[in-house]
Amino acid sequence: MLTRRLIACLDVSHGHVMKGVNFVDLKHAGDPVELARRYNDEGIDELVVLDISATLEGRLAFVDTVAAIARELFIPLTVGGGIRSIDDARAVIEAGADKVSINSAALQNPSLITEIAGRYGSQAVVVAIDTHHTAAGAEVVSRAGTAPTRLDPVTWAREAEARGAGEILLTSIDRDGTRSGFDCEITAAVSRAVRIPVIASGGAGSYDHFEEVFTAGCADAALGASVFHFQDHSVPDLKRWLSSRDIGVRPHWNFSKVV
Amino acid sequence: MAGLEVAILDYGAGNVASVAKAFNHLGADARLTSSAAELAAARAIVVPGVGHFSRTASIGPDLRTAIRAAIDRRVPVLGICLGLHWLSAGSSEAPDVRGIGVFRGACEPLHAAGSIKVPHVGWNSLEHTGRASRLLGGIDNASFAYFCHSYALAEAPDTTAISRHGQAVSAVVERHNVFGAQFHPEKSGAVGLRLLQNFLGIVAETR
Repeated sequence: MLTRRLIACLDVSHGHVMKGVNFVDLKHAGDPVELARRYNDEGIDELVVLDISATLEGRLAFVDTVAAIARELFIPLTVGGGIRSIDDARAVIEAGADKVSINSAALQNPSLITEIAGRYGSQAVVVAIDTHHTAAGAEVVSRAGTAPTRLDPVTWAREAEARGAGEILLTSIDRDGTRSGFDCEITAAVSRAVRIPVIASGGAGSYDHFEEVFTAGCADAALGASVFHFQDHSVPDLKRWLSSRDIGVRPHWNFSKVV
Repeated sequence: MAGLEVAILDYGAGNVASVAKAFNHLGADARLTSSAAELAAARAIVVPGVGHFSRTASIGPDLRTAIRAAIDRRVPVLGICLGLHWLSAGSSEAPDVRGIGVFRGACEPLHAAGSIKVPHVGWNSLEHTGRASRLLGGIDNASFAYFCHSYALAEAPDTTAISRHGQAVSAVVERHNVFGAQFHPEKSGAVGLRLLQNFLGIVAETR
């Protein structure tokens, strides 16, 4: 049976992994290649690497970082942050990414989803949706959490699917970095509305949170950053816990057994 | 000059470089190529790929002939995901495009229903069918591999492992010197590397 995926996310700026709270207050969390290697060895199911640097110089360094990570990794690698065109997508795919994650650019130009899917296949296109709650309900936010769109996340997820997205990466800005639990309500609403897999993100802080998002949240995968980087929760321990709660996960398989 | 140990067919499909990277990691002399002459001289051929079946239409007649001839000479051939689909009769995803027909039957779509989502993306277990397998040596029953597909080949006499996603599909198929994996061994951690290493073992024996 298909298992639920645990995904570690590295937010990279100028060659360093950074992590903030509610998308701000960034602090240094380690070397990307070292962290990628550690997660791979610990049995993480997938890795997401996001470019959070805003300069051209940062962008060029980022592609080198992606290539260095890809050399170490034999699990799926998704790369995002600042992908605005098919050429940006090509640059990171050629550097070794299996999938690209697009966010603001897809909101601005939804045909980019179709264009990348047409060239690399739907499985290579992850549409990232950042949401927050307002008095009027959940809303999609663009430009790294700075630009409200008045779009309903469920409507946008359905459109992204129709345009060729292979997966949805749904992040709650309200919960990001707070370790107070995933937003299960919005995750379940989006997951039930689309046929493609939904990755829940934002708020992971304890084992219970993962259990909750896989049950009440109907998530196909859950992404964590802070919860994994600062090593208070190891991936193998989390997987053992989820198994004991009858949630199917890929068991940890010792990497050294092969090579 | 001796041919490549492993020629990986580059026909414009997905991220095929990661297949070369995995073979290189295992110490194999493996390289991407779109040359029929290089395929003809290689000691083994890999047809990789992910995405829409129509993409395999770009495997032109000369490449097709070279691969067909290699199969007839008992050169080991491995198809991965879309590459496996191409080694079957074809796929209803693009009915006008023909596969090479080593594995019987054509690929049919997976069906989404309830919690079963399509594409089938993620880590799923491999259930050995009990048929003799050369590709699965050292890979325990119920080991996990990374899948990413919407179409698949039904279980058939050549199936050595299945996976279940609403329905049972062929995960590993083997017929004489021709092999196929529906999942991505280059993205399946230690299990996938072991499968590629087993393929290299078959290549070494075939010398």
